[in-house]
Amino acid sequence: MEKIVTRHFGQENSHHLDNYRQDNGYEAARKALTQMTPAQVIDEVKKSNLRGLGGAGFPTGTKWSFIPQANPKPKYLVINGDEGEPGTFKDKYIFEQDPHALLEGIIITCYAIGSHKAYIYIRGEYIKSLERVQAAVDEAYKANFLGKGIMGTGFDIDVVVHPGAGAYICGEETALLESLEGKKGFPRLKPPFPAVIGLFGCPTVINNVETIACVPPIINKGAEWYAKLGCEKNGGNRLFCVSGHVNKPGVYELPNGTTLREIIYDHAGGIPNGRKLKAVIPGGISAPILTPDQLDVKMDFDSLKAIGSMAGSGGIIVMDDTTDMVWAAMVAARFFAHESCGQCSPCREGSGWVYRNVKKLYHGQAREHDLKNLPGIVNNIGGNTICAFGDAVSMSVGSYVSKFRSEFEAKIQSTVILSEAKDLKVS
Amino acid sequence: MPLLHCVQEKEGLISPETEKDLAEYLSVPVVHVHEVVSFYHLFHQKKIGQCHFSVCQTTACALRGAEDVIEYIQERLKIKPGEVTPDGKFSFGIVECLGACELAPMMQCNKEYKGFLDKKKIDELISLNSHPERSEGS
Repeated sequence: MEKIVTRHFGQENSHHLDNYRQDNGYEAARKALTQMTPAQVIDEVKKSNLRGLGGAGFPTGTKWSFIPQANPKPKYLVINGDEGEPGTFKDKYIFEQDPHALLEGIIITCYAIGSHKAYIYIRGEYIKSLERVQAAVDEAYKANFLGKGIMGTGFDIDVVVHPGAGAYICGEETALLESLEGKKGFPRLKPPFPAVIGLFGCPTVINNVETIACVPPIINKGAEWYAKLGCEKNGGNRLFCVSGHVNKPGVYELPNGTTLREIIYDHAGGIPNGRKLKAVIPGGISAPILTPDQLDVKMDFDSLKAIGSMAGSGGIIVMDDTTDMVWAAMVAARFFAHESCGQCSPCREGSGWVYRNVKKLYHGQAREHDLKNLPGIVNNIGGNTICAFGDAVSMSVGSYVSKFRSEFEAKIQSTVILSEAKDLKVS
Repeated sequence: MPLLHCVQEKEGLISPETEKDLAEYLSVPVVHVHEVVSFYHLFHQKKIGQCHFSVCQTTACALRGAEDVIEYIQERLKIKPGEVTPDGKFSFGIVECLGACELAPMMQCNKEYKGFLDKKKIDELISLNSHPERSEGS
């Protein structure tokens, strides 16, 4: 199978410009800038069926075409490298192992949308990524791949590397824009969409790191080649991050549409200690959890949506049969309660209620009405908030309860037994 | 925010006095600086230890024993999350996903990611950083 985004991973000095140039590096950018019009670039990306790999799966070329070219304001490209979705760690590898692929993608994208300035927002904890990408940007400026009149074409482009400071919500695109503007990361109401009013009030495209790293190969080898690699309406390969109870956790580049079973058993080495799989999160913690009977699902945006989950960020977290699902739900709820930005009441208050409720259940201190109330609380968060975080709380925690209800009920029964056994010392 | 990172790199924390100075420098209200500082987890309003452990507790790490890691660190350092050892050498905090689930259970030790943690590795990290002048890259 042909590797695309990971083609340089593991090579010595893969992050250096010299290494990148040896493999036709920056030739796609040269081709786009000298032989294609911006409209042709957008068209090529549209035809490739490249979709937003940060999690939303929005068609990339279509997103670019929303930038109003008649608007006299400057246009910006923002790269979302705030990778914070639990279970996801792919962008870190691109930053550290192949930053020039990202930079070349940025040049092509900027050309396509008529932007002369790009920001790469990298989560603050990724110190090595920040250093590597900054070093790559410096190299690219020196070699005139960035700066004024790049590659002798008269096209100017500046790239700024910007560190985040530890807030999950800044992975939400409008919260990220607020953060870039120096504010706390509160998501904005949409519309207006960033393509019209984005960074500093100007038209802005926000794309994930992996998405942009796919752009140079598409320009080099053509949209048809890329589209064929994946499945219907979902072109190319994808980086799947596998973690949790598997023998070989890591990042695997595989075609869109590979089954979940293949990823877990053939690539990530299966479940350790001969145990059985009990549950799996297919696309980051926000994605509804799947059960063993759903393992043959194809891993692409549309197939996962069809079975009521989502492909999200490609973060696969595997749980074996020793996992207490009430505990797992509590861990997820704790994450959401901790990371809710606090802007909308249903999410700020609701995520805390959900966490406290599930925690009570886990510790055997809950009564029947606590479990009965849980779906109500959960359902009143989703759809009632500015950003998709609220929906994530609902979908994620809600799926643990609906799919493993008997385990939740068992916790209540054990409460009754404990409270009836008066002689028993409960610590 | 890059400015706040610079200040914290130098001073180790962002104090109320620093917030005032920054607000004056940037010609913005102090409350604006404070709301940014208090919103983001990476900005410290209190002093942390010379060696700061940020231990991940989210799902992938939790499945691979993050709770034991947290318990063992508490036991070894004799402090609770958010506290600093009396000699100022260590502090630790519990954080949500650091984007390194393949290394689970893991933590960030100052600037570096440390993965596949077990008691032995934690002991090593603690003894290595008990003499900060000798520790490298952490």
